[in-house]
Amino acid sequence: MDGLTFIGTWIAALLTLFIFSFLYKDNPFYKFAEYLFVGVSAGYFVAYNYHNAILPNLIRPLFAAGSVDVPKGAVLRLLQDGAWDWRILTILAGLLGLTMLFRFFPKAAWVSRYGIAFSVGLGAGLSFITYLQANCVAQVYGTILPPAVINNGVFDFGTSLTNTLLIIGVVSGLVYFYFSKEHRGAVGGVARVGVWFLMVSFGASFGYTIMARISLLIGRMDFLITDWIKGTLRFLGLM
Amino acid sequence: MGFIRWLANIDRRIIFVVIGLAVAGPLLVPLNLPPVTVTSQARAIYDAVEALPTGSTIVVSFDYDPAAAPEVHPMALAFLRHCFIKKHKVIIMALWPQGAQLAVRAISEISSEFDLKYGVDYVNLGYKPGGAIVINLIGTSFAKAFPSDINQTPLNQLPLMSKVNNLKDVAMVMDLSAGDPGIPAWVMVANALFQRKVAGGTTAVSAPQFFPYLQSGQMMGQLGGMKGAAEYERLVKHPGLGSRGMDSQSVAHAVIIVFIIFANVAYFALRRKTPSGGPAAAGGAPPPAAP
Repeated sequence: MDGLTFIGTWIAALLTLFIFSFLYKDNPFYKFAEYLFVGVSAGYFVAYNYHNAILPNLIRPLFAAGSVDVPKGAVLRLLQDGAWDWRILTILAGLLGLTMLFRFFPKAAWVSRYGIAFSVGLGAGLSFITYLQANCVAQVYGTILPPAVINNGVFDFGTSLTNTLLIIGVVSGLVYFYFSKEHRGAVGGVARVGVWFLMVSFGASFGYTIMARISLLIGRMDFLITDWIKGTLRFLGLM
Repeated sequence: MGFIRWLANIDRRIIFVVIGLAVAGPLLVPLNLPPVTVTSQARAIYDAVEALPTGSTIVVSFDYDPAAAPEVHPMALAFLRHCFIKKHKVIIMALWPQGAQLAVRAISEISSEFDLKYGVDYVNLGYKPGGAIVINLIGTSFAKAFPSDINQTPLNQLPLMSKVNNLKDVAMVMDLSAGDPGIPAWVMVANALFQRKVAGGTTAVSAPQFFPYLQSGQMMGQLGGMKGAAEYERLVKHPGLGSRGMDSQSVAHAVIIVFIIFANVAYFALRRKTPSGGPAAAGGAPPPAAP
């Protein structure tokens, strides 16, 4: 561990402890760490996005040769001959991006709708087919399963049970979300089965969520023990 | 009865301290509990990498940030190790801003174990905003989406990229994801549109929502949370933070289960003792006042 890493590790460790101090109660150390995180994050992402999005996708392509270099009559050629020049497209994309900043000015906020409308329309158009294929067609296809599976002449109990449960779960879950008929009688019974399946799925999700939160705590604890405490002892030659 | 009432109204800070000790204890003094069982989802990814011919090209997308690193970074290390052990070529990219830097860190952490040459054994294309649109673009041409790599080196100057034009030249995709854009985008575009094998490593919170993709075969395998990382570390026989954290994970889960049992016992014991019952009697929030 060099000197700079040593200082960085100490700053990170102290900020971690400041954040943990909120578990006792709200306090100025927590507030300091919170505001510092928000401020640094905002600044970092502005700089990062400028250098990794705006600079390589807009500024560099336009100024690559040292000048803007938009050919004369490019717009006219674009309209008359359909000769699309990539620089025109780049400038148009940049202008659409700029329109989004008009949200900061209440009187001209409507201008931002053009940029947003373009990105929403583009996103929806591009993802429509793939979304339908991946999240609807393939899922329906994945649910069409035989409830009784026979492999090499032998009844496969495990796969049959899994398939049957999956079919019951999908159908009853769909019935639960069918609101055009009152959930009474047979429909109500099937919907109730759907609720059970939903509850099991929520339980699984909650279990995974606990695992995730504990994992994050493990990550921080590991940093405090390995990098901070043991690292400091090693740096000072005590270990 | 006094103890039950104390249990029902236990100060939450006591729970925090106990959970903290349950997590820190096993990190300080490993309990050497039995190793995690490898699930079929983790095994499927391992087997797929094993089955690829030596020198196959794999895309690894770093779509996470430092907040998700304790769960996803150990997966990245284990998966990259496996790729380099099998001498596969790795194309690193990122749909999340900080993913590219985390990839640099991951490579630096394992580079001493291998004789890796940048541009030949692996490349880091860096971060590109756009999510699914970027994946769509690399489906037709990597160079269109990434004219240069993270170091601003044009792609045509990287030997590895001279053999790879688009996603069709890639054997499989491993997405290390902590949210959006991530696994859904890769499944929707790389798998549904370009028929590429897609595997995923994700945070435990996100893992359940991708089970339908696994069941339908749209994803070949998944590593879920720190346990998923521990499974892959076990498969590649190189324990890391994932394996190290499993003792803490087990103890913390046991403590949480004990607390849940205590809370329920206290709740029902107090409800039985009071004629009216209800949460107020058990030490919970009082009922709203009548108007």
